[in-house]
Amino acid sequence: MKASFSPLGDQAIAVELGNKIDEETEKQVRKLSVLLESRQPEWLIEVIPAFITVSVFYDPCVATYAVVKTEIEELLEQLGEDLLIQSRTIEIPVCYGGEFGPDLEFVAQHNNLTPREVIDIHTSGDYSVHMIGFAPGFPFIGGMSEKIAAPRRDSPRLRIPERTVGIAGNQTGAYPIETPGGWQLIGRTPIRLFRPEDAIPSLLRAGDKIIFKEISERAYYAWEEEPNAENT
Amino acid sequence: MLKILKGGLQTSVQDLGRTGFQKYGVIASGVMDPFAHRLANLLVGNDERFATLEISLVGPKIQFTEDTLIALCGGDLSPKMDGTAIKTWRMLVVKKDSTLTFGEPRIGARCYLAVAGGIKVEELMGSRSTYLRAGIGGFQGRSLAKGDEIHSDEMTLLQVKALNRNSETEFDWLVPPVRYFEEPIIRMIKGKQFELFNDSSKEQIFTEAFTVSGNSDRMGYRLEGPNLSLENPTELISEAVAFGSVQVPIDGNPIILMADRQTTGGYPKIGQVASVDLPLIAQLKQGQSLRFKEISLADAQQRLIEQEQHIREIKASIQLKQEEWK
Repeated sequence: MKASFSPLGDQAIAVELGNKIDEETEKQVRKLSVLLESRQPEWLIEVIPAFITVSVFYDPCVATYAVVKTEIEELLEQLGEDLLIQSRTIEIPVCYGGEFGPDLEFVAQHNNLTPREVIDIHTSGDYSVHMIGFAPGFPFIGGMSEKIAAPRRDSPRLRIPERTVGIAGNQTGAYPIETPGGWQLIGRTPIRLFRPEDAIPSLLRAGDKIIFKEISERAYYAWEEEPNAENT
Repeated sequence: MLKILKGGLQTSVQDLGRTGFQKYGVIASGVMDPFAHRLANLLVGNDERFATLEISLVGPKIQFTEDTLIALCGGDLSPKMDGTAIKTWRMLVVKKDSTLTFGEPRIGARCYLAVAGGIKVEELMGSRSTYLRAGIGGFQGRSLAKGDEIHSDEMTLLQVKALNRNSETEFDWLVPPVRYFEEPIIRMIKGKQFELFNDSSKEQIFTEAFTVSGNSDRMGYRLEGPNLSLENPTELISEAVAFGSVQVPIDGNPIILMADRQTTGGYPKIGQVASVDLPLIAQLKQGQSLRFKEISLADAQQRLIEQEQHIREIKASIQLKQEEWK
């Protein structure tokens, strides 16, 4: 697909590189982001990659929308094939339902399943991280079965506790910090996803493979931070 | 040093925000009203990027333990020094042991306190801003409370000289204050998903008034007014949002995303507030209303460039005044 451009206000431009979430589009997204950051045009402030878009923040006092758009078009023609994509596998333990997952019942009912079936399907998916966004270290994870898909809530909750695991549409993810949000909440992980003291403050990165593993409430409380996070 | 005798409703250390980490989902944070923050810094002879205290609605009570220069810009929250009303949008000399208090929020909602040298806190990810929801950055990741002791960084030689001149009258000038209207007209660029909205929404967004609801905070201003909806309900693929993005969740009440906004969002964006008008929103209180007016992207960028020129001119005239400190 040919890239399409649209303004994201007067200080950013959204570059859309596909019309659905797929591997090819994600590769393009990562390549354009990397290329922009390595070239560091004078007008560049920062880059926010997402599923199918790269949003490029720029200083309109240095370059206007038209100039930035033309320069990005030129960069797009230079996107080569030679990009190394790392892939790690991270296990995320989750305690499902109960007070940790108040919407597990809703997700089950919405799909004519039992909560048990929702958990079994959620833990058996082949997941990868599409992007980090919305909140610090928040992973948008692809690969969830459509059998447990559920729409966002009509109005976002004002407070969702940190490390809550949720579903929105065909996507699943986990809230790293307490934040408002519209996802259906199905469980909670004891693992910290946001680590502000680290140079890269997010545990997960785009491209990571994810395994969700069910744990009991007791195991959840007994969980000690760190050891199981990155050794799978 | 600034001794916090009362924290106020929400007083936090902020600067121009965190850049470069949004790709890890780390929000920008920073001041809600960048214009007032920058001018407060410039008035005391600081770099405009230095950290200030962002004071919201109900101000704190602060005791200064040494002589210093301060400026208050933004909303008029009835500031008083040792019980005597003081002006906003000007530089003030503060004597050791003076106490700054605030009263009724008269006009606007947020006021910025700049102190000579800037508020001194550890930088986190390139910024001194407090990220309240994550509990990091700024002063211990939180709003200020009774008993906190806040330090300012070292003054420049010029700032020290100004202090030593010790003559109040020659500092009695101010920069033109921004007018915060009771019902401001907010210029808005059409959003990426504007055309997905139904005809009445596309019309009403620019013709009807919207009221600021009680759930408004540093993350976003939730508005109430005519119910906005898409022509055909669609689940969107999440993408980046920006300061001033106007999102419409399914309940039909638009949210203007502000300083503590998330980095990405999945709700359709009906519009994007022109950057130059963001301070007007930052100064709105619950229950006030606003109207949107369409502006083209080119015009919005032109206004922004003009505002930067305007700030440069103010900066130059302040510097000229400050030459007298020598």
